[in-house]
Amino acid sequence: MPEIATNDHPGILEPHFESLEAQHDARKMGMWVFLATEVMFFGGLLTAYTLYRGLYFSGFAQGSHLLEVKWGALNTGVLILSSLTMALAVRSAQVGKSKLVTIGFLGITMLLGAMFLAIKFVLEWHHDYVEHLVPGISFGYAGPHAAHVQLFFCFYFFLTGLHALHLIIGIGILLVLSVMAWRGRFSSQYYSSLEVAGLYWHFVDIIWIFLFPLLYLIGGRS
Amino acid sequence: MSVDVAELSSRSRVHYLNESYGLKSWLLTTDHKRIALLYLFSITFMFLVGAGAAALMRIQLLEPYGAIVQPETYNKLFSIHGIIMVFFFLIPSIPAVLGNFLVPLMIGAKDVAFPKLNLLSWYIYVIGSLFTLYCVIFGGVDTGWTFYTPFSSTYSNTHVLAAALGIFITGFSSILTGLNFIVTIHRMRAPGMTWFRLPLFIWSMYATSIIFVLGTPVLAITLFLLTLERVLHVGIFDPAVGGDPLLFQHLFWFYSHPAVYIMVLPAMGVVSELIAAYSRKRIYGYPFVAFSSLAIAFISFLVWGHHMFVSGQSIYAGLVFSLMSFLVAIPSAIKVFNWTATLYKGSISYDAPMLYALGFIGLFTMGGLTGLFLASLATDVHLNGTYFIVAHFHYIMVGGSVMGFMGGIHFWWPKITGRLYPDKWARLAALIIFAGFNLTFFPQFMLGYLGMPRRYAVYPAQFQVLNVMSTAGATILGIGYLIPLIYLIWSIRYGPVAGPNPWRAKGLEWRTPSPPPKENFEETPIVTEEAYAYASMPAEKSGA
Repeated sequence: MPEIATNDHPGILEPHFESLEAQHDARKMGMWVFLATEVMFFGGLLTAYTLYRGLYFSGFAQGSHLLEVKWGALNTGVLILSSLTMALAVRSAQVGKSKLVTIGFLGITMLLGAMFLAIKFVLEWHHDYVEHLVPGISFGYAGPHAAHVQLFFCFYFFLTGLHALHLIIGIGILLVLSVMAWRGRFSSQYYSSLEVAGLYWHFVDIIWIFLFPLLYLIGGRS
Repeated sequence: MSVDVAELSSRSRVHYLNESYGLKSWLLTTDHKRIALLYLFSITFMFLVGAGAAALMRIQLLEPYGAIVQPETYNKLFSIHGIIMVFFFLIPSIPAVLGNFLVPLMIGAKDVAFPKLNLLSWYIYVIGSLFTLYCVIFGGVDTGWTFYTPFSSTYSNTHVLAAALGIFITGFSSILTGLNFIVTIHRMRAPGMTWFRLPLFIWSMYATSIIFVLGTPVLAITLFLLTLERVLHVGIFDPAVGGDPLLFQHLFWFYSHPAVYIMVLPAMGVVSELIAAYSRKRIYGYPFVAFSSLAIAFISFLVWGHHMFVSGQSIYAGLVFSLMSFLVAIPSAIKVFNWTATLYKGSISYDAPMLYALGFIGLFTMGGLTGLFLASLATDVHLNGTYFIVAHFHYIMVGGSVMGFMGGIHFWWPKITGRLYPDKWARLAALIIFAGFNLTFFPQFMLGYLGMPRRYAVYPAQFQVLNVMSTAGATILGIGYLIPLIYLIWSIRYGPVAGPNPWRAKGLEWRTPSPPPKENFEETPIVTEEAYAYASMPAEKSGA
């Protein structure tokens, strides 16, 4: 690892790191450790989901059939596309493209994230509310296994809500990074904030890759 | 070198305490050493609140029908005592104070990897404790520190939400501290500081950090579910609509059993340092002691069901959890044996920190062995829910963790403040604490074995003698804690100047002045020898 003296990178290299590489590695590792925490965070919730889904499969399947697969599938596509543009944003900084390219990719990523949220909130959650499928606030499902369908919707809203919260935070982070990119903070030497934010963004996408089949695709539809 | 010259040079030298002044320079600091002190003030305050609740409980139990408070108030007292002592004192105690101060110093780094995150975790801790203090002041909570459903979700009409939210928030402070330590230990070690040259305190902080990072989020999500259940009554833990109250216990103990090791692993790390320094030997079987920390962290995630032997989990689950609980005793025993072997033919001196370390070994051994009674399915049926359990975990948490914390504070106090405390008083206090502790909690083993249940405000008259003994012990223990509080504060101003290495100890932290400069070391140290290389040092102590 080449030694780079502190004063070569004013404002970029924090004084307690030996080199930009060391700082970059530390930040990347920090995000990986944070993602381990996140896995356990969602893991607790998914464990509870798995338990109840095993106990009350027909109720959960019934609840799942009340969701619109097409919106879930569309959102899956939207998020996968956003992962691509996120990766391109990181790459563009890494290879030293113009800051406008980086900002452009970040902008598309944020737009896709916002599109996901719009579909989730406006087309799905709102629809569920109108249909009285929101436990604790307005729940009026009356078919068989009503209690277990309610349990399914509890987990549906916890999981998708927590995921949406992560996405909102992600969009906020990208917004800050766009401003930093506009001010010319990033270069092929220094792009660790972008890469770390990218790791987070991909993680949020992967969570959705798990949530989509677990929530939308159980119990086989006729 | 005369004392006056030393004192003069300590006053004129710029170090982390005097490099800037004013409230702002502390509240906005990113220096790990100052953040450690911020934590020290906060956790000491919370300790006093928790100790106050304990004092009232012990007074109440002087008489069979209760001396001072109504049963409802008593329920709130033990809940607040448990919540504050576990989540706001013991869990952050050694990691956030000594860990923050020492991890960068011991590995030869200028700071932790993410100094701003470090400050943020202190603020998160403060916000969490404000919620809890709000809960204490405006009526309390009566669920116990375990928040079992459905009582906490449906029936309790106390401030469950404020308490749960306080713990939820504080959890993120633990996570960020753990994250910071893991990255710091991986990435910030000085040249030559290989993994097997690390002080054992660092290994134990590393193991603790793993539990912080992997365990705490599960507690957070559990309390999140509890909060939603309590607000919306949607049935996650409510059997009436198919929910399962046992699920709460599973999720809660999945974190809260490893949390026991969050509390005791750091103390084990401290004890390793103290035993080596005061017997002037390398820790016997260093790699075993190092890896036993990781083994404890790993196995601790697989034993949570031993809290639920009588909760209605399957008997086969009980068998497996019982076996795993016996297994986790092995790495703990390895540590105890290796510390003992280190003492053998060591050049032992009985300074105050060493008294705490020896106290730790004795009390932790008792706490650990009585844990095996509780890990056995049959005896647990008899002892579950009695004072035997209370005594067992206090031997681990107070006899273990708090002794380790006190020993560590005494050992590194000269490094933190640059001053020495009066050694005679310190030794006296250590002995008082040891005596008071045993008088408080040994009778509780007997009470529990005889069948006195925990968490009751009243008890049958035949238990009074042992309860009075326990309260007398608690009084002595309280005095024992008060004495260090006084002389340590006194020493900041009036204590003799310590010099860089008053104990002639090994370790990078002793190679920099006391108090250390802001950047910890004048120049990055280069490590050329293993930890605890006391053999290369002359045996006799200098007159410090």
